[in-house]
Amino acid sequence: MKTWVLNMFDNINDLYQQVILDHCKQPRNFRELPACTCSAQGFNPLCGDNLKLFLTLDGDVIREAAFTGSGCCISKASASLLTDFVKGKTKADVEKMFAQVHDMVTTGKVAGDVGKLAVFAGVYKYPARVKCAILAWHAVMGALKGEQKPVSTENEQA
Amino acid sequence: MKDKITIDWSALRKDFPILDQKVHGKPLIYLDNAATSQKPRAVIDALIRYYERDNANVHRGIHELSMRSTTAFEAARTRTAKFLNARSADEIIWTRGTTEAINLVASTWGAKNLKAGDVILLTEAEHHSNIVPWQLLAQQTGAKVAYIPVTGDEGTLDLSKLDSLLTKQVKLLSLVHISNSMGVVNPVAELCARARKLGIVTLVDGAQSAGHMTVDVQAIGCDFFAFSGHKICGPTGIGALYGRQEILETLPPYQGGGEMILTVGYDKTEFKHAPHRFEAGTPDISGPIGLHAAMDYLDAIGRDNIWKHDQELANYAHDQLAALKNIRLFGPKTGRAGLVSFLLKDVHAHDVVTLADQGGVALRGGHHCTQPLMHKLGVESTARASFYFYNTKAEVDRFVEVVREIQKFFAS
Repeated sequence: MKTWVLNMFDNINDLYQQVILDHCKQPRNFRELPACTCSAQGFNPLCGDNLKLFLTLDGDVIREAAFTGSGCCISKASASLLTDFVKGKTKADVEKMFAQVHDMVTTGKVAGDVGKLAVFAGVYKYPARVKCAILAWHAVMGALKGEQKPVSTENEQA
Repeated sequence: MKDKITIDWSALRKDFPILDQKVHGKPLIYLDNAATSQKPRAVIDALIRYYERDNANVHRGIHELSMRSTTAFEAARTRTAKFLNARSADEIIWTRGTTEAINLVASTWGAKNLKAGDVILLTEAEHHSNIVPWQLLAQQTGAKVAYIPVTGDEGTLDLSKLDSLLTKQVKLLSLVHISNSMGVVNPVAELCARARKLGIVTLVDGAQSAGHMTVDVQAIGCDFFAFSGHKICGPTGIGALYGRQEILETLPPYQGGGEMILTVGYDKTEFKHAPHRFEAGTPDISGPIGLHAAMDYLDAIGRDNIWKHDQELANYAHDQLAALKNIRLFGPKTGRAGLVSFLLKDVHAHDVVTLADQGGVALRGGHHCTQPLMHKLGVESTARASFYFYNTKAEVDRFVEVVREIQKFFAS
């Protein structure tokens, strides 16, 4: 019985990496940005994850990024790491990283340098959780495109 | 069945081939029975037998196979009437499940009888399937939807407001028998009796009750009762609506097509009597046949026995979870049906479910299609363990152990 318990979460560390646990427990940039230049909502109605992402743009460069909302550990950690990553990046940088992160969480393959975001490489083994990891990324793309309606990843065919 | 009869619950597990497997290297512990139940060999065999030997369309054919399939199809209807203690098989309409059954009532009874200013009374703990059809109907007719409130995390109905809610405008009371997210057993007989005195039509959503306790629609005194086959060990895609004969005979057809007509002309069609008037087109034939086998299987065990076993497991699980720290439990303190809804502090329900799955335990996390209730309770979701007769105390022990490990995992 005890061995079984000890072994229980061996594999789960693929999904819940220490960095992810840290960011979900203490999300960075977890606040509103009243002076933001654009924002978008990421909402998955089936599971209830609901994030709002705020960006302050200076020309093409993202100066500030923050988020609010509620969701599971994976979606919160993803939004937290995303807001850290996008600061100082251009729209083109973010678009490129969106494609890299998308490939990574759906296939497990890491193409190019994704930095800390590599902690999400294990998500592909949990198909039901891909939508959680990718929600903030769809929201940031929505914000950059001026999307008014909430974006969702629940119909995403990985 | 008498109290003296003891049942070897573990032995019944052998009737369920699916339970004998490992997931993620751990023995499967299936605790998502409120979503759907597993199927015993008897049901699987009935489906195989039907397709291997008897398959033919019903009601129209004269050949041997058509006779067999029609006989089996109608025998299942008679069996369902007995299962619910309806007076006649004519009171049983096949539907795809509880959802379609409720929609059928909304489309037929509702469209015929409701007008602007009328009130459809529900409870705050309804599944979306007993809210949305009425909202749609309200939009079409100008009727309003009102709700009997529930009392906080316990999820029981606050009946102190009932008198003021039962106004002259109320034409329908539609409520859940056992709430799928809270495990509350509502006093449906008492409420239907109150409603009937006021001339209010009643519908009971029996999705969570029909396979778990003895159901007697005459004792409940409802006009309609809906349930799903897949939650009571039957196949998916089949369910039934019970409708009191006197009321069914007054209703317009549901869908038009074959099977439901007496004569069709280019200008005018005459319809069959209930229940066939509500069953257009070739029906799901294997579904009722599988469901028949499921009802036989359950009643051989005895639904009173199943109910006792469900409650024992749920109380056992509840008491162990209640001893944990940093847990919020939902549902009534006493009289709980066979499920436990909970939230761990600072751990999202979906993370609980993902980790439990790694431990071989199938739970459900989410709003359980009761979003308005979740909103009222100030939560987005809960994690839920729901039990059936093939679950054991040993499985509950492991489930609780897994919950403890999840707490440790997120605390570290």
